[in-house]
Amino acid sequence: MAVPQSPARRWFPYRTAALSAALVLTAPALAPAASAQDAPDAPEGQTLTIAVSQPVDTFNPFQAQLASSTNVLRLIYPMLTVPSAEDNTPGGELAESWQTSDDGLTWTFRIRDGLTWSDGEPLDATDAAWTLTTMMEDEGAATANGSFVANFESATAPDPGSLVIELSEPQATMLALDVPILPEHLWSDVDDYVGFPNDDYPVVGSGPFILTDYAAGESITLDANPDFWRGPPGFDRLVLRYYTDQDAMVEALRRGEVSVVHNLTPAQADALESTDGITVNAADGKRFTAFTVNPGARTSGGDPIGDGHPALGDRAVRQAIMLGIDKDVLVDRVYGGYATAAGGYIPARYPDYHWEPAGDERLGFDTGRAREVLDDAGYEEGDDGVRVSPDGDRLSFRMAVHNDRPDYVQIGQFMEEWLADIGIEVQGQYIDSGQIGDRLNDGEYDLIFTGWTVNPDPDYVLGLHTCDALPDRPGTMRSDSYFCNEDYDRLYSRQLAEYEPGARADIVHDMQRVLHDEAVVNVLVYADMLEAYRSDQIASIQPQPDPGGNLWGQDGYWSWWSAQPAASDTDPGPSPFLIGGIVLAVVVVGGAVVLLVLRRRGASADDRE
Amino acid sequence: MAQATTEKAAPQRVKRGDPGPMLRLVATRLAGAAVSLIAVMLTAFFLFRVLPGDPVRAMTQGRPVSVEQLAELRRQYGLDKPLHQQFLDYCAGLARFDLGTSYQYRLPVTELIADRLWPTLLLVGTGTLLAAALGLWLGTRAAWRRGRVTDQVTTGIALTLWSVPTFWLGLVLIVVFAGGAGGVLPQLFPTGGMSTPGVTGTAAILDTAHHLVLPVTTMVAVLYAQYLMVMRSSLLDEMGSDYLMTARAKGLRDALVLRRHAVPNALLPTVTLIFLNLGQVVAGAILVEAVFSWPGLGQLFYQGLRLPDLPLVQGMFIFFSASVILMNLLADLVYPLLDPRVRP
Repeated sequence: MAVPQSPARRWFPYRTAALSAALVLTAPALAPAASAQDAPDAPEGQTLTIAVSQPVDTFNPFQAQLASSTNVLRLIYPMLTVPSAEDNTPGGELAESWQTSDDGLTWTFRIRDGLTWSDGEPLDATDAAWTLTTMMEDEGAATANGSFVANFESATAPDPGSLVIELSEPQATMLALDVPILPEHLWSDVDDYVGFPNDDYPVVGSGPFILTDYAAGESITLDANPDFWRGPPGFDRLVLRYYTDQDAMVEALRRGEVSVVHNLTPAQADALESTDGITVNAADGKRFTAFTVNPGARTSGGDPIGDGHPALGDRAVRQAIMLGIDKDVLVDRVYGGYATAAGGYIPARYPDYHWEPAGDERLGFDTGRAREVLDDAGYEEGDDGVRVSPDGDRLSFRMAVHNDRPDYVQIGQFMEEWLADIGIEVQGQYIDSGQIGDRLNDGEYDLIFTGWTVNPDPDYVLGLHTCDALPDRPGTMRSDSYFCNEDYDRLYSRQLAEYEPGARADIVHDMQRVLHDEAVVNVLVYADMLEAYRSDQIASIQPQPDPGGNLWGQDGYWSWWSAQPAASDTDPGPSPFLIGGIVLAVVVVGGAVVLLVLRRRGASADDRE
Repeated sequence: MAQATTEKAAPQRVKRGDPGPMLRLVATRLAGAAVSLIAVMLTAFFLFRVLPGDPVRAMTQGRPVSVEQLAELRRQYGLDKPLHQQFLDYCAGLARFDLGTSYQYRLPVTELIADRLWPTLLLVGTGTLLAAALGLWLGTRAAWRRGRVTDQVTTGIALTLWSVPTFWLGLVLIVVFAGGAGGVLPQLFPTGGMSTPGVTGTAAILDTAHHLVLPVTTMVAVLYAQYLMVMRSSLLDEMGSDYLMTARAKGLRDALVLRRHAVPNALLPTVTLIFLNLGQVVAGAILVEAVFSWPGLGQLFYQGLRLPDLPLVQGMFIFFSASVILMNLLADLVYPLLDPRVRP
């Protein structure tokens, strides 16, 4: 017989659980009250809190790849030059001025005088020479930024005021070296540049802020550097708080928990637009949304890869696809107007390099012309409405679209419809971005979605479509197009050797003309960067570029360095009324539970007697 | 007197106290657990390598990297070696309790797991405890008043909450209690995270409790129904038993019959459920952690999957599986202590 012998003991977990419940529920009631009492513990001065959503990989500048980390590194380490806040043209930072030799192979940078690291040690050309040389000599130190020094012969500091860099080939990107300069006196002792976490807080730097604390998955804290050479920042402290949910992040802005949010959806931006004390900033996009067409994927040795549709080797078909797409509808319907219909490859944010096709060369939305182009090239419409190539292949294309990007998915659906109108069947494959990468590597696609963030210097994104970027063997490609064109390659080499900005921009325009005409890399829109900030907490802040620029993810530190607290700024913590509300609510609930436990206990005591 | 008692009890003790069957049971269970664990370790390696995507490509997405840099990253990650070599390295690492180094964080996986373990234990542990307590209590009441309004209302509410998407409920709580529903209500709780940056000392403990309220409420609301339903049905089973009739016949009050006789027996199936859920505590509640930006293991696992960060996800997979296996083992071993009927 299974009659329990000591029921009182069996009750133990139940009662403990109820008591714990009461404790846990009542604890929060004390929290706000206690925070108020322990005010001295709270940091003093004005804090600017920014919501971020991407995790930090590492604060080691030789290793950091993710944008959340590199954005922080820009605030704590100097670079030789910095793109200006006004128009992204290179300006002096660590380097005050620079000159080049006649053959363009020697660059001499004059380093600013009297700079110090945050630990008081002098900061001069020897630190820069050491950082660049280490990246040239140690593969581990080249992990993140090695491409910037690949063409360097040497980097030396003949005196503390000058840095001399010798190049193998002329390199027009010398004023856009996105390389944080590190303190030699601390870093030369590091043995392993790969594994070094650089987490000895406060981290010694010399930017406008000093990295003072990091709680993984929670927050990054930076204190103002009072000795920053341009002058101290307006806020005393910068806190980056981590939010994994976009909607919760927007609520945090409404609540005043954070002062700035970025990466908003058009719907969120519209909703915040009408909120008092919040300003929405729709900045010109750095990024383009595009799709590439498989022109016959192959290795650099010429071996074909994968199974791309043979008809896509024909430029007429590729151009017809572009003529069938209405970019203006995409801007309105997919992006709610928060985007610009794309012209050339480089976004309109960079007016010097941006190019707009005009006249006949423009492949704008024109269904009639698209049909004409296909008819002329011999693609007859079949019985099912789908055209057939002169070789007998149906124009039925697989289109790989990232399923985790709602904008891409919508664009894909529009394209399926539009291209059906001109007799091209498109089968949308809405798949995981990992699978997209595999399809690209294996050449098993016809159309594939892509997008790149374009830096103030366009060299890298232009280099992606040179023949040089074709993979040696399948799976080793860094590009996304399998594009290879002699004219384009020639122009690419010329722009890299052209030190006169206007002349270089002209060449970059010509390169975009080739890309546009070949219609392998097809840019659709430049989506706006949607941000919002509490204008009742931030009085003024510098966008980049100005006007029309963004706050988060600048190439530089302008926004957070320039931000000034609003005079009316009050502590966004809960008011006494709210604290009272919490205490009341929780005490009622907690009290009820405690009462219940006591009543039960009393009852069982009676029963026992 | 004492002597006599011992002698009397002696034959019985030899029979009941014979360690043979019990030891055999423990040994069998331990061996079973060990086999499961080894199977998990072997599959973990291959399971995540089936995932599409190239970690090196994902890690450098949008970065100006050269082919040399990509090759160097592959070398650092050990992806340049043939698969069988990678597998041998992995096994050798496991033998040293080394789960490898995360691709993205560049830190030992064991260290990353240890850092995120406490937030998850705090959140999911508290949530499970409260859900179990609430579920058992309401389940008992519902069964005792079967078919009446109390039963219908409590069961109805519990099942409704059980079927609500966790994500949605969390967001609603954030909008109402953190955001203040657009200015209508006071903004009582933080929208996310585990602490307010910069708060230290004793205030930090209370600050964390403050951050804990909404995520725990979400977890409890969604989870307590399963305890309620199990408790209710197993108590209903007991309520038809003869021994309860006997207890009533002895003249015991209803409440006492319930508490002393019916509930302890009805608790047994619930014990299994609690142990099973405790094993999953460390796996976190990915959805709750995501909505409330909780810096726990669920969040870490999700970030690892995006790359995929192979050492991280396979290490966490082993860790999660090991804790489930361990808790099952404990349940198996504890059960005979609670229920004489299943003793060997």
